[in-house]
Amino acid sequence: MTPDTAAPVALIVEDEPQIRRFVRMALEGEGWQVHQSETLKRGLIDAGTRTPDLIILDLGLPDGDGLQLIRDVRGWSPVPIIVLSARIDEADKITALDAGADDYLTKPFGIGELLARVRAALRRQHKAAGEASARSAFGRVEVDLHKRTVQRDGQPVHLTPTEYKLLTVLIANSGRVVTAPQLLREVWGPSNADNGHYVRIYMGHLRQKLEDDPAQPRHLLTETAVGYRLQP
Amino acid sequence: MATIFMPRLRGIAYHLRMPSSESSASAAFSAFAAPQHAVLACIRPDGGAAGTVAAAARLAALAGAPWHAVLVENAATRRLGEAARLAALELLRAAQAQGAVTAVLEGRDAAAAVAAYAVRHGCATVVLARARPAAPWRTPFARRLTRAAAWLDVVEIAAAGPRAAPPAPGAGTQPPAPRRYLAAAGASLATALVALPLLPLLDVANVAMLFLLTVVLVAIRLGRGPAVAATLVGFCALVLAAPRRQYDVSEFKYAVALAVMLAVGLITARLTSDLREQAESATGREARTRALYEFARALSVALMQEQVFDITRRFLARSFDARAALLLPDDAGRLQPPAPEADPQARAPVLSVLDMAAAQWAFDHGAPAGAGSATLPSNPWLYLPLLAPMRSRGVLAVRVPDVAALLVPERRELLDAFAALAAIALERVHYVDVAQDAVVRMEGERLRNSLLAALSHDLRTPLTGLVGLSESLTLSRPRLAAAQLELANALRDEARRMSTLVANLLDMARIQSGGVKLNLQWQVVEETIGSALRACRWQLGARGVATDIPRGLPLVRFDATLLERVLCNLLENAGKYTPPGARVTLAARRDTDELVVAVLDDGPGLPAGREDALFEKFVRGHAESPIAGVGLGLAICRAIVDAHGGRMRAFNLDAGGACFELRLPLGEPPAAPEADLEPEAGPISTQPDPA
Repeated sequence: MTPDTAAPVALIVEDEPQIRRFVRMALEGEGWQVHQSETLKRGLIDAGTRTPDLIILDLGLPDGDGLQLIRDVRGWSPVPIIVLSARIDEADKITALDAGADDYLTKPFGIGELLARVRAALRRQHKAAGEASARSAFGRVEVDLHKRTVQRDGQPVHLTPTEYKLLTVLIANSGRVVTAPQLLREVWGPSNADNGHYVRIYMGHLRQKLEDDPAQPRHLLTETAVGYRLQP
Repeated sequence: MATIFMPRLRGIAYHLRMPSSESSASAAFSAFAAPQHAVLACIRPDGGAAGTVAAAARLAALAGAPWHAVLVENAATRRLGEAARLAALELLRAAQAQGAVTAVLEGRDAAAAVAAYAVRHGCATVVLARARPAAPWRTPFARRLTRAAAWLDVVEIAAAGPRAAPPAPGAGTQPPAPRRYLAAAGASLATALVALPLLPLLDVANVAMLFLLTVVLVAIRLGRGPAVAATLVGFCALVLAAPRRQYDVSEFKYAVALAVMLAVGLITARLTSDLREQAESATGREARTRALYEFARALSVALMQEQVFDITRRFLARSFDARAALLLPDDAGRLQPPAPEADPQARAPVLSVLDMAAAQWAFDHGAPAGAGSATLPSNPWLYLPLLAPMRSRGVLAVRVPDVAALLVPERRELLDAFAALAAIALERVHYVDVAQDAVVRMEGERLRNSLLAALSHDLRTPLTGLVGLSESLTLSRPRLAAAQLELANALRDEARRMSTLVANLLDMARIQSGGVKLNLQWQVVEETIGSALRACRWQLGARGVATDIPRGLPLVRFDATLLERVLCNLLENAGKYTPPGARVTLAARRDTDELVVAVLDDGPGLPAGREDALFEKFVRGHAESPIAGVGLGLAICRAIVDAHGGRMRAFNLDAGGACFELRLPLGEPPAAPEADLEPEAGPISTQPDPA
C-alpha cells in the first residue's frame, strides 16, 4: 500500500461535494487519510473494505437513511461514527445516537467544532481500548470510582446515590452525548421512560454542586432536546 | 324575544296567574296541576262545539284559571267524515290561538279519555255542548263523563246551531245522497222485476232471499240509508206482488222477513263502513310509510347540504303540498334565513324577521313553534327543530295551504318523522364534511411539511458548504496574508449570519403555517438559559453576561428547542444593538402563576413609543439601520411564546437600557422522583459521601 499506512483512515459518507471537500481538507490537515463515499450503498461497502478509524456520516443520503449504515457497522465494529444532520427534528438525532452513533453535528457546523468532536471520539476509543481509569477529573472536580468519592477543589462533595449514579454514567461516556432516554434507562430503570423531567432536575442538582456557575455550565452541558454531554 | 311573545301574550291574557317567566306553555300549565281549577273545553265533532270554546274561554277568564281544549277521536267520530273532523280541528286551533293548551285524544271510550285528561291536567270544570245521544238508548255523553269522574263539574251549553246531520259513511267518495237512494230503490225494483215473475215457481221465502241479497249489495255499495230504502221498496214490492191468499195467512211471516232484511241491511252497512274505514286508514298508513321510506332512501344518498335541502323540499311538497325551508344555524347558533333560490320556479319561501325569531325560538328550545304548535300558533309557518343525536341541527319551516291539517295527529307525526330524518341526514352530511376537512388538512400538512423540509435541506446544504469552506480558508496553510485573512473571516461570519437568518425564516414559515408541533416537556429553565448562552455567546462578543436565577424555581412546560431560539434571538439582538462594552443580564423569576424570563441590557434602549411595534414582522427599530437584519427575530419570539400560551413584551428600564420579557404560565408540575429526597439544591457538603 501507500507509504503512509500508519496514518489513521477516515471515511466520509456525504452526497454534497462541497461539504465533503472542506471536511476532507480539515481532516487531512490533521493528518488523516480520507476516503469518500457519495451514497449509502458505496458507504456500506467502503466501511467494510477500508476498515476506517472514523466514519463521518450524513443522515440524509439520496439512496437511503444513514441509520441503516450505523446499525450495519455497529454489528461488527466499535469504530467512532459522527453523524451530520441537517434535520431540525431532534428525534432523529436521538435515534441515531441510540442506534450507536458517537456524536452528531448539526449543519451548518464549524471546522473547529468538527475537529473537537473527532478528537473526543478518538480519545474515548483509545481509553476504552486501554484500562478503564478509576479516577476521573473535569475542571476542578475529581471523581474516584473505586472509593466512590467526589471532590471539588480537594473538598469532598456530598452526592445522593441517584446523583452519583447519573454522574458515573456521564463519566463513562465522557465527551460524548448521552441521550436523555438513555440516562433515564440507566439511572432510573426502564419503567421511567416518561419521566424526562427526572434527568433535568438531577442534572440541575449536579450543576449546583459541581459547576462554578450552574447557569453557565462548562462541563455538564445540555444538548437541547437531545441529551447531555460531560465536557472534560 | 319580547316581540315574539306578543301574539302569544294576547292568547294567554286569560291566565292571570300564569308565571310570566315561563316560556313553554305546556310547562306553565303543568304547574297548575295542583290547584285543580283549570277549565276544559271538550270539542266533539258531532256539532255545537263552537260555543264550547267560547264558553270555556269566558269561564277561564272569570276564574283566572288556565284552560284546555281537547278533541276526542275514535272510530265513531271518524264516521262523521273528514269535513266534520277538519271543522273540529279548526276549532281546536282557534282555542289554541286564544291561549288554550290543546290536545287530540284517542280512545274508544271518549268519556274515559276526557276524564283521564282532566285528572292529568288538573281540570275541575268540563264545558261541553248539549247534544242528544246518537241513539235514544245511548247514555248522553255528559252523564257518561260524570259517571267516569264524579268530582268533575260538567257545564253543558246550548248547541250553537241545529245539529249537523251526520253525513253518510264514506260521503267523500260516493255520489250525493238523493242519487244513492234512487239507485237503492232502483236496485230493489229491478230485483222485483226479476224475482216476482218467479214467485209462482219459488217459495216466497226464497224470493225474499233474492231481495235480501240486493239489500246486502246495496248496503255494501251505498251505505246504511240506501239499504233501509232498498229494504222498504223491496218489501213493498213483495207484499204487493204476493198472492192475496198467502198474504192473509202469513202476515206474520212478512213482518219477520222485513225485520230480518232491515237488520241484515243495517248490520252489513255498519260492517262495510267499518271495514272501509279500516281499509282507508290502512291505505293512509301505507302511503305515509311509503312516503317516509322514499324520503329516507332519497336522503341516504345525499352527500351535501344542498341535496338534503332539495330532497326535503321536494318530499314535503309532494306529501303535504307544503312549502318548506331548512334553516341552519351559523357558528354562533343564530339561524340563517334561507338563501334566495336561483331558480324562480322553486317557490323559495320568504321568511320575515318575526318568522325567523319564531324559528330561532324553536331552535333554542328544541320544541316546535308556529302553526299547529303550542307556541305562536298564529304564525302561518310551523317550525320543527331538527333534533339529531349529537345536537340540534337547525329548523324545518313548513307552510301548508290548510293550517288545520297540521292538527291532524297522523300528519304531524309524519312531519315530525320527516324532520327527524332530515336532521339525521344533516348530521351525517356534517360529519362527511368533517371527515373530508380532516383529509384535506392532513394532506395540506403533509405537503407543507415536505415542502419546508425540502426547502430547509436545499438552503442549509449550500450554507453548510459556505460556512465550512470559508472557515477552511481562514485556517488554510500556509497562513493567508492579513488582508486576505480578514476577507476570509468576514466571509465566514456573513455565512454564519446568513444561516441564522435562513433558520429564522424557515421557523417563521413553520410557525405561521401552524406546522409546529410543540415538544412540550417539563423543563428546568436554568438549563435552557444555560444552553442558549452556550449556543449564542459568540453573538455577544466581549459584552459581559450575567445570570440572575433564584434557586427552587418550579418546573415549566415548554419546548426547549423553541425557547432556546427565543433566547438566542434576544441575545443576538443585544449583541447587535448595544455598544461593545454593554452588560447583558438573563434573569428568571416567579410571578404568582407565571414564570418570567427577561433579557436586560444597559445599552441605548428601545425607540420610545415603538416597543410593541418591534414584534411585528419585518419591523425594525430604525428602518435604515446600518445593522444587518430583516426584523424577523422578535416576531418569531412572540409567535413561539404565544404558541406556549405566554406573553411577551419589551420596555425601557428606568436605569437605562432595554428589557425583553416573556411570561409563561405555570402549570401543575409532575411529581419529583421519590428516591433520595435530599433538601433540594442543598449546599455543598463537607462530610464524606456515605454512599
